[in-house]
Order: sequence, then C-alpha cells, then structure tokens
Amino acid sequence: MSGGKPDGPSFVRRVTGKLGRSSGVQVDEDLWASIQIARHAERPYTLDYINRITSDFEEMHGDRLFGDDPAIVAGFGRFNDRPVAFVGQQKGRDTNERTYRNFGMASPEGYRKSMRVMEIANRMGMPIVTLIDTPGAFPGASAEERGQGGAISRSMQLMWRLNVPVVAVVIGEGSSGGALGLGIADRVLMLENSTYSVISPEGASAILWRDASQAKRAAQAFKPTAANCYRWGVADAVIPEPPGGAHTDHGQAAEILGQYLQRTLLELEAQTPAERRVVRRERFRRLGPLRDPEGGVAMASGRDAPPPG
Amino acid sequence: MSRVGRNITVSIDRLRHLGHRQDRPRRIASDASTCPKCDSHYSGDEMRRNLRVCPACGYHFPVTARERLEQLGEPGGYVELWSDLRAADPLQFTDLKPYADRIREAETKTGMNEAVVCAEIEVRRVPCVAAIMDFSFMGGSMGAVVGEKLARACEHAAQKGIPLIILSSSGGARMQEGTLALMQMAKTVIALDALAEAQVPVIMILAHPTTGGVWASFASLGDVTYAEPGALIAFSGPRVIEETTREVLPADFGRAERQLANGQVDAVVDRRELAARIGRVLHILAPPDGEALVAGPPGWAQGGAERVGRVAQSLPSLPGKIMGRIRPGSGNDDGPVA
Ligand SMILES: [Zn+2]
Repeated sequence: MSGGKPDGPSFVRRVTGKLGRSSGVQVDEDLWASIQIARHAERPYTLDYINRITSDFEEMHGDRLFGDDPAIVAGFGRFNDRPVAFVGQQKGRDTNERTYRNFGMASPEGYRKSMRVMEIANRMGMPIVTLIDTPGAFPGASAEERGQGGAISRSMQLMWRLNVPVVAVVIGEGSSGGALGLGIADRVLMLENSTYSVISPEGASAILWRDASQAKRAAQAFKPTAANCYRWGVADAVIPEPPGGAHTDHGQAAEILGQYLQRTLLELEAQTPAERRVVRRERFRRLGPLRDPEGGVAMASGRDAPPPG
Repeated sequence: MSRVGRNITVSIDRLRHLGHRQDRPRRIASDASTCPKCDSHYSGDEMRRNLRVCPACGYHFPVTARERLEQLGEPGGYVELWSDLRAADPLQFTDLKPYADRIREAETKTGMNEAVVCAEIEVRRVPCVAAIMDFSFMGGSMGAVVGEKLARACEHAAQKGIPLIILSSSGGARMQEGTLALMQMAKTVIALDALAEAQVPVIMILAHPTTGGVWASFASLGDVTYAEPGALIAFSGPRVIEETTREVLPADFGRAERQLANGQVDAVVDRRELAARIGRVLHILAPPDGEALVAGPPGWAQGGAERVGRVAQSLPSLPGKIMGRIRPGSGNDDGPVA
C-alpha cells in the first residue's frame, strides 16, 4: 500500500509468508480452495461487517426513481466515532434470503440508491466505504430495459467525482462490471481470500471453453486472487483473514477489517480533495500492461514485492 | 524490461509525431456481399459506395474502423494516432488457444494492431478526435490497449478543446487480459470526464454490438448518443439472460429501436445519414472557430436589466395572449399545452 504498513494483527506474517511463496506458479488446488472460501456459505457478508464495525447504522432504501434493490445495502453509520457512509452488495444466507437479495446481483435501482447515498455523504463531507461481494450485476431483461449499463457507468463516474475519501473493499467475490460499479476509490483493499475478476469462473468456462464444467481451469487462467491483484496494482493492500478464512470467525474478521479501514481513512483524511482526486485518477489510469514500440512490455503498475504486512 | 513504475504517459507532441508517421489508410480488397436479411447480392464497390448498407432492405453490414473514418471524414482523410500500441499478455493466458496466438491471428486477419483506431478528423468541417472500434479484431474487446487509446483520445480532445466521437462495436472487456481488462472500464469512464471539464461534447455512436463492459462504461456516457439500426445494446447478452433467468426474450431484445423506446439512446440513425447528423449537432454544440453560435441581438453580452430589456424588445410579437396558454393552432401545433 502506498501509504505505509497498517498495524496488522500477529498473523500478518503468516499471510505475507504465504504470498511470498506463491510468487511463482500458483498451485492449482490452493487457488481453487481460496476461490471456494471467497464464496463460502458461512462467509461474512456486507451487513455482517457493517453491524459489527458501526453503531447507529441507518439503512436507506429506494432510488426515488423506480424501486428499492435489496441486493445493495446503503446507509450511514458511526465508525470509530466518525460518520461514514457504507454501501455494498448483500448476499443471502438461506434460500429465502438469497432470493430476496437476488444472490447479491444488483439491478439499476441498487446502483442508483448507492449514488443517492454517496451524494448525501459527499455533501456532508462524510467518507464512503464500499464493500464488494457479487457474482456480477443482475442479468435480466427488466434490468437491461431500465439501463443496467448506464447505472453502472454513472455510478463509476459519480465515485470518481466525489470530493470525500472513498475506500473500496472486496470482501468476497468481485466479478465483472457489477463489482467495479462500486469500485472507484482512493484505495482498493482486498480480503486475503477474496477475488476480483472480469467474470466469474463459471461464466468464463461457458464462454471461453464452451463447456460449463471448466470453471477450475478458468480460475487458474484468470488467477484472480487478492495477492495477484496486489501485484497487478488493482489492489492497494491485502487484509488478512482469521486462520482458515473469514467464515471461521466473523468477529475477528470484522475487527481486522475495521483496523485497516481506520488506518486507511486517517491517511486519506490527511489529503485535500484535489490531491485525492489526482491519485484516484492515476491509480486507474496506469493499470494495464501493453507493448510500447520503444519500451517493450510495460507493466505500468506491477509490483514485484508481496503486500506489506 | 522495466516493470516497476514505468510511466506510459507520453507528451502530446510525441504522440502527434507518432501519429503522422502512420501509413495511409489501408484499402480493403473488394469483397462481394450477400445480404443476410434479404439475400440481395452486391459487389464490393456497390457496398462501399452505399456505406455497407443494403440498398434493398437497409440491413447494416459490419464496417472496419478505417473505412468508418473514410465514411465520416472529408476527402483528404484523417491522421491516425497511437497506432503502434499493441497488446501484452499479462496473464500468459490460454483458453482453447493461447492469447498470444489470438492476437497474432487478429493482426494478420485485420491488418490492425488493436480493436480501436484513433484519429484526428474533420466531420462536416468540425475538427474532432475520433475513436472507432472494430469488431473484427477479437470481437472489438477492450483490453489495456483499447483502454489506453480511448483514454488518450479523451485527453487529447480535451487538451485541444475539440469534440470527441466514439463509435463502439464490442462484445465487452477482453477476457484474456482478466482483471486488468475489467479495470479499463474505470480508466475510460474517468478519462471521459476530461471532456466534461473542458466543456467539449462527446458524441457516442453505438454500432452492433455494444455489450458487456463497454456498454457499462464509456459507451453509456455520451452527451449525444446515436445507435445504428438493429445494433444490439445490452450489458448482458440475450443468451446469458435466458440461461440465467429462464426468461423468454422478445426477438428485438436490446436492439437499437427498442433501446430508443427504453430511453437509452437519443436516436436511431441510418449509417447513410450519420455523418450529416453528427455534423449538424456538432455545429450546434461545438461550432468550430470563426463560426458564431448565436448572432445575438445588440448588447447580448451586456448584463443586467439593460440586456433583458433589449432582448425583450427584439422578440417578435406573438399571436394571442402573451400570458395565456399556448393553444393548439396558434402557430405551435406540436407544442405543449402549458
Ligand atoms: Zn438486404
């Protein structure tokens, strides 16, 4: 992370060691296991974190245009005695709740509700934290007809324009534009076992291998782990999880997330809005390697070192 | 190979220099075509003359990016920009075949280096920057090079204070570049805002298809958005939707005409009208230097009550009661009844 070493708990060293070993070819089974942890049925979801790290959380509902989207939670709360806006995709744990939350797949109303809350936060000078956890935006005819593409792009545009500090945290699976729609931030953090990818392994399997059973191979090809995203410059820090994964101890997972958020917000609050916007633009502007006629392969923002612990 | 912290931003001067070094536009071999909609048969010359629209039924054939530039521009052509940027293979990606092979094949097939061509061009006497996507290069997919060229096009147009025309024709983000391809959505959305800051308009042309991460990023953020007839415009394609939700979709799902009804585009414009239509709106939104937007009444630039008075005096008198309702038949048949 550009802003120094967060005060992590004692097992940070263990995580760093693991990341260090994986700098060569990653073992297939490790990678697949990590992806399974990212989507574990008992993994803490957005509200599990919000309810643990905030007090007086007031959830907002509705986009004032069409409806309310339960796949996205948005509201205001107190985090370490500071007002903070939180927005995130929300998955459900049992069948009823999964259906109600549409598996964390947001519709245009969700992004528009998020934008409404972010505009209020921006006006009040309140930092914004997004928690990303989705297999993608909802692929449905109604969502398309109400402008799914424009909802995502306008959400990104608004996040880029914000004057207040913005932190995005990938807490589970971050797949496709549906994830990135909440991902334009001054800092992007990823939980140790989270993934951030252009498409889910299952989606890629069907499209690229024309065979739905090739998800494991697709995952191996995309390597969308937190450690790799850190190396690519997509993530600014990797947040450790309790041993075995965040699902083993929601309380500890939330406590560690809170520590990283506190540290990151303090760093960002020390900067002016103009300084933050320059960094926000540059961190996305430089992502993506290409062959420059004079410079060979230019990995614009790649990092060789493992994340600081 | 320097990987860490390499700065890929180069000065505009150097970019211009690179641009002028480029070859003349490549002529495509004359290719006969059969219309998939009405089975009419045309020679390549007929197709080119008719802008690759079927004269019988209006079906819009695909067009390469460089032929698009010739269709939009004045005789005398365009100056291509940044055409020597090429894709890297950050993931060493292989699906059914290696990504590196796919790039080589696309280069050979299309004679292009990437799925977007950027140029300086004049459309109906308005100097513009144009970024034209080409579906024939890996489905027009957006990887790091497409993202970089689009970002440069935005920055270049904003810096010069001239309009940007983007023509999208893309299946979305380029899977083979993984997460870094996804990030090009963010890059292009942010870069596009440079034009808003420079108060310069963005004209977006949605050609078939405009889907996935391209529709969900820059392509849905035009100031004026035209779609070509029949173009599929969607975040999720019909097949994905049908497989995920078991919905049965209408045949025209996501098509330009339906997206006009959905409020997603400003107009569906026949390709044969496109350059004139873009030119017309640009002369309103961004008249070129020396062409006054409004020949206002005397004292237009003065402020305050004096100006208001002068403007009021210069207005033609209206029939009927000034403060009353605008009645149908009072010279404003299509107008609203207030
Ligand atoms: Zn025809």
